[in-house]
Amino acid sequence: MRVVLYRLLAVLLPVVVLEILCRDRIILPLTLPPPSLIVQGLWSLLKSGTFNSAILKTLTNVGLAIALAVTVGTAVGAALHRMPVLRALLEPLFSTYYAIPIYAFYPLFIIVFGLGDAPQVTIGFMLAVVSMIVSTLAGLDSVPSVLGKTARVLQLGPVATIRSVTLPYAAPYVFTGVKLAVAYAFIGVIGAEFIMSNTGLGYEIRFAYDNLDNNVMYPLILLILLIAVAVNMSLDHWERVLRARRERS
Amino acid sequence: MDVPSSIHVSLRGVTKAFDSRLGRTEALGPIDIDLRRGEFFAVVGPSGCGKSTLLDIIAGLAPPSAGNVTFEGQPIGTGVPDGVGVVFQENACFPWLNVADNIVFGLRRQAVDSAEIERRLQYALQLMGLNEFARAFPSQLSGGMRQRVCIARTLVMQPRLILLDEPFGALDQQTRLLMGDELLRIWRATGATVLLITHALDEAAMLADRVAVMSARPGRILEVIETRWPRDRDSEIVSAPEFGPITARLWKLLRTQSMYALRPETI
Repeated sequence: MRVVLYRLLAVLLPVVVLEILCRDRIILPLTLPPPSLIVQGLWSLLKSGTFNSAILKTLTNVGLAIALAVTVGTAVGAALHRMPVLRALLEPLFSTYYAIPIYAFYPLFIIVFGLGDAPQVTIGFMLAVVSMIVSTLAGLDSVPSVLGKTARVLQLGPVATIRSVTLPYAAPYVFTGVKLAVAYAFIGVIGAEFIMSNTGLGYEIRFAYDNLDNNVMYPLILLILLIAVAVNMSLDHWERVLRARRERS
Repeated sequence: MDVPSSIHVSLRGVTKAFDSRLGRTEALGPIDIDLRRGEFFAVVGPSGCGKSTLLDIIAGLAPPSAGNVTFEGQPIGTGVPDGVGVVFQENACFPWLNVADNIVFGLRRQAVDSAEIERRLQYALQLMGLNEFARAFPSQLSGGMRQRVCIARTLVMQPRLILLDEPFGALDQQTRLLMGDELLRIWRATGATVLLITHALDEAAMLADRVAVMSARPGRILEVIETRWPRDRDSEIVSAPEFGPITARLWKLLRTQSMYALRPETI
């Protein structure tokens, strides 16, 4: 329990300091309003429902990007694991992948996918999918060969073996991939909304920034922060549940 | 190939060679052996002689480079024949499933109704002394207990031929002796033919009806020794007067081979 207390303090203490600095006008309201006002602002924004459609839009696009990245990434990872030559060809690309500023291709995505949600989802997906492929490969590499033999002795076909033996064994690795994919999907989608879009949380923050509207900008930033933290904490929880039964007690 | 029904597994001229950049390595054979239906057969040999390769070939997990293998008169093709169970040396438990789910894993994927699955599960839990651990996960069990789970998972499939690839290799000596007793009980209870691959001479001498001694690579059968133990034996036969001469005979055959496997230039 003490740990939880310390963790709370580690978050609350800087917030309190910030509150004092803002209230004393050492930090001007044009730069940052007091945190308590940001929280109040978020509450009233959520109550009024002005940004409900933007929130829904962003969460839908992030969700789509995650779902696509997880299914495609797992499938591609599993397929590549059985194709060593192609894998050897692609692996250097995967390891340099995150060095490429994917937003540079945004104009291209707009030309290819149009101005709707597709470019945002594509960027979220493209950022997330490689972490999913790489984790799936690492997970499948970790499967002891004796489990593959066991599957054959128990008369499992190749697809049943992947579904019932190798992927479950690789689950903790795959889950690490999911965690990364979720983070990348948020970064990809919201980042894309910032640059070029007419809906979504990223767009609204950008719009408020352009209009010096701190009463909207900071509450929305706080909202994204809260969503990201909540999603990550619940994923951490599930990861612990998943690992708990497998590790030596 | 015409095989009498008393012969359960038959190998004729079986060899295995591996190709690599350095050329072709003869790993095994040629081997000719017949396993009689219902017997306990052990294979001992120096390390690297191809014992496990031999087991993989009989199990249908790896094809021979030449020769014929039949199980119940049928040639073994690609794939493990129905009625063959294998227990490996390594921990082959599925870590995400509890003991009961591990044991019935294979059964659930066959057309066996749930009442029958439950009946076989209870029987296997009972036979392997795993009753209290049905809900435990493999990570909570010792090495010996995990190997019991793997044996139970093989037993519920009701195999007619059980292949054991150094199943107790990772266990301590006392556990090995006790597991040997369990193996003899299972062998009697199921009536299955058992092929045990081991490097432990005393284990082979104590458990098997016949022990085949293999040469250093490429592994060939040097001699098959009959132990003539009664069927209802247990680990206490290690103190029987015949036990010493049998292990001595096995060691005499193996000694040169093991030396050769370690330092070929001295022979």
